[in-house]
This record gives sequence, C-alpha cells and structure tokens, in this order.
Amino acid sequence: MSTQEHTVTYIHRDDIGARMGMWLFLFTELLLFGGMFILYSIYRFTYPDVFHLAAKELNTIIGAFNTAILLTSSLTMALSIAAIQRNQKSLSIFLQFITIVLALGFMVNKYFEWGAKFSHGIYPGSDVLLSKPAGEIIFFGLYYVMTGLHGIHVIIGIVLIAIMMRFTSKGIIKSDSYVKLETIGLYWHLVDIIWIFLFPLFYLIT
Amino acid sequence: MNETITVPTNGKHPSYLDYQGKHKGFLGWILSTDHKRIGILYLISILSFFLVGVTFGFLIRLELIAPGRTIVDPQTYNAFFTLHGVIMVFLFLIPAVPAIFGNFFLPILIGARDVSFPRLNLLSWYLYIIGGLLAILSIIAPGGAADTGWTFYIPYSVRTGTNVIYALFAAFVLGFSSILTGINFVTTVHRLRAPGMTWFKTPLSVWSIYSTAWVQVLVTPIIGITLLLVIIERTFNVGLFDPALGGDPVLFQHLFWIYSHPAVYIMILPAMGIVSEIIPVFARRTIFGYKFIALSSVAIAFFGSLVWAHHMFTAGMSDTGQFIFSLLTMIVSIPSAIKVFNWTATLYKGSIDLAPPLLYVLAFIFQFSIGGLTGVMLGVLSLDIMVHDTSFVVAHFHYVMFGGAGFGIFAALHYWLPKMFGRMYNIKVAKNTFWLVFIGFNLLYFPMFIMGWLGMPRRYYDYLPEFHIYHLLSTIGSWILILGILIMFSNFIAALIRGKKVNEKNIWGGETLEWTIETPPIHENFLEIPTVHDAPYEYKQNETDIRQFQEVK
Amino acid sequence: MEKKQEKYLDNSHSYGNYILVWLALMALTAVTVAVAGINLGGLTVATALIIASVKAYLVLTIFMHLKSESKIFRVFVAVALIFLLVSFILLFSDYSFIVRN
Repeated sequence: MSTQEHTVTYIHRDDIGARMGMWLFLFTELLLFGGMFILYSIYRFTYPDVFHLAAKELNTIIGAFNTAILLTSSLTMALSIAAIQRNQKSLSIFLQFITIVLALGFMVNKYFEWGAKFSHGIYPGSDVLLSKPAGEIIFFGLYYVMTGLHGIHVIIGIVLIAIMMRFTSKGIIKSDSYVKLETIGLYWHLVDIIWIFLFPLFYLIT
Repeated sequence: MNETITVPTNGKHPSYLDYQGKHKGFLGWILSTDHKRIGILYLISILSFFLVGVTFGFLIRLELIAPGRTIVDPQTYNAFFTLHGVIMVFLFLIPAVPAIFGNFFLPILIGARDVSFPRLNLLSWYLYIIGGLLAILSIIAPGGAADTGWTFYIPYSVRTGTNVIYALFAAFVLGFSSILTGINFVTTVHRLRAPGMTWFKTPLSVWSIYSTAWVQVLVTPIIGITLLLVIIERTFNVGLFDPALGGDPVLFQHLFWIYSHPAVYIMILPAMGIVSEIIPVFARRTIFGYKFIALSSVAIAFFGSLVWAHHMFTAGMSDTGQFIFSLLTMIVSIPSAIKVFNWTATLYKGSIDLAPPLLYVLAFIFQFSIGGLTGVMLGVLSLDIMVHDTSFVVAHFHYVMFGGAGFGIFAALHYWLPKMFGRMYNIKVAKNTFWLVFIGFNLLYFPMFIMGWLGMPRRYYDYLPEFHIYHLLSTIGSWILILGILIMFSNFIAALIRGKKVNEKNIWGGETLEWTIETPPIHENFLEIPTVHDAPYEYKQNETDIRQFQEVK
Repeated sequence: MEKKQEKYLDNSHSYGNYILVWLALMALTAVTVAVAGINLGGLTVATALIIASVKAYLVLTIFMHLKSESKIFRVFVAVALIFLLVSFILLFSDYSFIVRN
C-alpha cells in the first residue's frame, strides 16, 4: 500500500456569502446610528421649539454641499465597480481615487463647520453651551456625536478604499474577482445613506 | 479563498487536536482559524470567567449571610454585584453556547468544513479576550471597581467616580465579539448547509443558534452605541442622558433594555436548542413537533425584541406604554411554553436513559418553568409594582438564566465533551454531582422568591432581621451549589488528563451529523461532505440499542 | 465566462444608469432644501423624511445592487428595517402618552 500523500484542494470562494456577511455588518451600522436617531427623535419630540431654533446655527449651504459631495462619491464608487467588471483597471483605480478625494473634501468642510462653532464657544462641555437652555445642550450634544461618529466612519472608508486601490493596481481585485471592492462599496453607500438622513434632520428643520 | 489540504492515503487522519498546520504548538492554537480550535479557546476562557463570576456570587452570599457587615463594606458590596452581573451576562451567558458549542458544532451539524468567515471567527475570540481584560482592568485600576450594577443606570453611572468607563468599554468590545459571531453564523447557515439539508431538515440547535445570531446582529449595536454615549457623556460632559444637562434618564433605560431584554433570549435560545438535541437521544424518540419547535425559536427571537420596557414599569412610563409592553410580554411566553410542551411530549412513553446530559435537561425544564411562570407574573402590572427591585426578581431571572441557560450549558458539556476531546468523564460522579448542583441551586434561589414577596429589596447590603432565615438558607445553598460545580469541573479536567479514551463515533446513539464522524473530529470534519436524506431525530420505535459505550459501574 | 460578463452589461449596471440615478439624487436634494424653506408645520419633517427615504431607496436598489441580488438579500434588509421601525413605534407608544405636569 502506498504511503504517499495526495493533495486535495478545497476551494472556498463564496462571493454571495461575502456580500451577505457585509450586508449583515451594515445592519449593525444601521442600528448603531439607529440608536442615535431614536435618541434624536425622542428629544426632538420633547424639545420641538428649541431644536427648531438651534438648527438655525447650522450652515445649510455647507450641509447641502456636503450632501452633494457624498452622493457624488457614491456614484464614483459604483462606477469604479462597473469599470473593473469591464476590465477597465485604470479607470476603476481613478474612480476610486476620486471617491477618496470627495470624501476628503467632505471632511475638510466638516472641519471648517466644527471650527466655526468652536470659535463661537459652542462645543461639548463649554461654558457657553452649558448656559443655554437644556434642549439646546441636547441638540448640540447629538449634533457633535452623530456627525462625529459619521465622520469617523468616513475616515475609515477612506482608508479602506485606499487599500482597495492598492489591491486593484496589484491585480488582487480583477474583472473576474472583485467582491472585495463590492463589499467596500456597500459600506461606503451606507455611510452615504446615513448622511442622507442626518442632513435634513439637523440642517433643515428650521 | 483556496485551501490546500493534504490527505494521507495511508488512512490515518489526525484529529483536529493533533493537526499540524501552518503554525505549530501554542501558536497553532491562538492563530488557528479552525472553528473547533476556536471553540476550545472559547471553552477555556469562558469557563474561567464563569468561575470568577461564581466567586463574586459566593462573596455576595457570604456578605448577606447575616444582617450588618459580614466581610466587606457597602461600597465593595456594590462592586461585587456589579461585577457578578457584568461577568455573568457579558462574559459567560451571552457568548457561552454560541461561541463554544456553536463554533465547535454548527459547521459539523450542517455538514460543512468550517464557518463562512474563519478569520473573523478568530477575531471574535481576540475581542472576547480584550473585553475580558478590560473587565479585569476595571477591577484593579485606581478608582475602584464600578458600583453601578450591570445596568449602569443614569445618572449614577455618569456621576460615580469608579471605573465605569473601563467596564462600559469592556461591554462595548464584547458586544463586537458577539456581533461578529452572529454575522458568521447567519451567513454560514444560509450558505454552507450540506446538499439535501433543507431548512426543515436542520437540527433544532441550528434553528436556535440561527435565530440567536439574528438577534445578536440586530440588537447588540444598540447597547454598543448606548454604552459609548455614556462614555462620551462622562468624558466630555456632552449632554445626552444626564438630567442636569436636559437629558432623560428613562430614555437611557429604554435604550439599555432594547438590547438587554433580547440579550436574555440570546442567552436562553441556544440552551433551548441544546435541550432539543438531548431529549430525543435519551428518550430514544423522534422529537415531538419539530416544526413547532423550530418556528418557536424564530417567534421567541422576534417577540422577545418587542418587550423590553417590562423592566421599566416603575420608572415613569405612560399608562399606554405599560399596557402595551405587558401585553407583549404575555405573548412572548407562548412560544417558550410550546417548547416545554413538545419536550415533555417527547419524553412521554420514551425509553428514558437518565444519563448526566438528560439529568441536567430535566432540571432545565423544571427550573425554566418556574422561572418562566414567575416571569409571566412579573409581566402583570399590578404584581410588578409590588415586587419590582425585590429578591423576587433576582430569583426569577436566576431561575431562567442559571437554572435554564446555565444548566443547559452543563448539559451540553456532559453531552459533547467526550466528542470534543475523545475522553470520557466518570459517569457515576457526574450523576451524584448533579444532585449537589440541583439541590444547591434550588436552596440558593427559592428562598429569594419568598423573601422578595415579603419585601426584601435587591442589591441591598443590609436587611431587617425578619429576612435572616431566608438569607441563611440561600447562602448555605450557594455553598452546596459551588461545591457541586467545582466537583463537576474537576470531573471534566480529570477526564481530559487521564479519562478513558473514547474512539467510538457515537457513544450516546445520537442521530445528528456530529455522531457520524471521528471522535475527536478530524481537522476537515468530513472526509466527504455528506448528502442528507433524512430529517434529524428519526428514531424508530423498535430499534435495538446501538450505543457502544458501557456505563462504568 | 462570457455569459457572466453579458449579465453585467445589462441596464442596471451600465454607466449611464448610475449617472441617471445620481442626477435624480441631486435633484431630490435640491427639492429637500427648497421645501425646508416653506413652513408646512409638522409636514416639513415628514416631507424631508419621505424624500430622504426615496434617496435611500435609490442608493439601496441601484448603487448597492439590491435589485439584482437574489431575493434573500431583500428579505434581510426588510427584516432589519422593520425591526428599527417597530422599535421606534413602540418607543413612541410610551412617550406619546406621558402626562407631563
């Protein structure tokens, strides 16, 4: 009897499973922010007038501009996947790059927004804020936490897309194997969807 | 992802314990993505934390043996019950069945080689360890252990100077561990079932673990964000829950319990799955009402997510809210009752073998029924107003969580450890120890029903002399119980070191896939992925006893 | 292999389709901002949320390919959204009826 070994290769590639896993992860993100939307809605119900007034402090133009930036970045992300499906590697990398640029633009706007507020003394724990009516303290508490957490997710997205750019250029992501890019794309679209709801609820309730 | 497995043609396949992969020795364990090794890593860490939690329980009961100070001051006592709760809930009950037995057996039960995301699985365990270390840090760091109770209610959790942030962060990290496990299991059950295994041919423990996994995915993020917000509020004085800043403490309670109530179903559902696995084997009968039990798992997961505010009936809710949640609480008891009826019907006129797994399962049914019925009592508004925050509640949840889920874990250990390690424990010792554990448990917790009814508050350091007798009985019960647990664990450890080796594939006569493979399993689980034809638990009435294991006299 | 590539060249994954959806999203954003200037009382919030939901629906079905995935994905999303919705409703069933002094 031969004592030689033979090699059996068990190939485990499951693109549908990979996407399914990412969708489930997106649900956890949805509920993470959902918890905060729950907070927002109850407090808005409790302090309707104060919220209405406090929202005037926010700059609708920058908010709308940021919304447009993020929506466009979703477009470029979706296009980058379409590109790699068609084996257009350079185009895909370029579109991923544009997505990152747009995301950085979003963060820069956010930096200026927050900076403006800080210079007016409106930041968590500040004396200016703590002397305001209770509903206003809550409004800005929610504003900073929700947009801050969202911003962290944007930064994480930038890092992940940069990694995908590298994978694409190295051929790890290619026209017949691109589920990594798809899953990161899904994550990015969710970041966009969260902002789609954040924008009207904070900026447009005036 | 490609995996190349070398299969020797001389027929000797190493077990997963001996398998030499990319890494050798110790690294081969802590870097392993094999679901079975990860299950063992969880087994060791979870049971270790369980013993720490037991120690805190022991200390609580020791302090309460008599009125006035016994061993510690009130501040330390508060830390004891906080840590007991945090450890038992987040480090023991929530992970235990899914992370130990789900990880080890879920792929085998559905005829797969591993879970969908093996590396994520290992990450889950790393997060568990980090969470555990953070919990330990919260005890030893300057500032003193958290004293808020495991429920971290506002405003005290924002005001107290103790190590609340470490404890909150530990729970946050452990939540992520739980979420990743949930994501893995949902995907695995959808994608990796063996050919022929339709949904209604999967074992009932798979239904339980699957339903639990959905709850883990959907509700854990809510506690995650809530605890994170408390950390942020403590650190930056933001103004989210703190009433001094316009916040609403009751809103914190809502968000806390939106997770923590479904969390108790995360704890009990998998244990119920274990019960559904064990009863057919030791009654040698097809499970009664397979579809009802399977769908009741889904129903419990669904309705259990809608009843959270029954923890808050005295917190200042509206009458309408109280009414709605009381009604929903009544409804959620129905699927659990369905399970109990079906289990009992399976046992009826079965060929009963009182092996250790079944003993713990019978205790489960008895204790879960008591806990469940008292839960329905607590769902009645007029009754809850009287007994909320008394020992009655403490007794109720220990009967379901410990008497139910905990005993389910003990049953699973007695059922599956021989398969996992290929070693048999001493059955006589196991049977005798069961009685110690059972009697100790009931002596520990039943008096709490009575004294709670008579007005003894929970979490109190001191009490009136009229409650002394109940506390005394309870503490003595705790000693008997702990003795039993220690002997049980010693029995297991002795088995692993020098227990009789088990080579038979099927020592109990089970009819699910894990009993068709090697003991202990080989690294790849199956030489060939099976094609499934029959539903599980298909016992025939006149089948001769196929068990090959002879009981030690 | 050819068949697979054909599938991805159908309408829902074409460049043009994505750009059309993007234009719709931008238009809806403009509408939201415009409507916010008009005071419709309680309806303002409702309108804003409805428009946001339409935008989210477009992103979900086209950008995130929910439309072309197998049915189970849509069931998953429905389960998650229903859970969130029911939680909101139950919570408000309490808060809407609290009697304040």
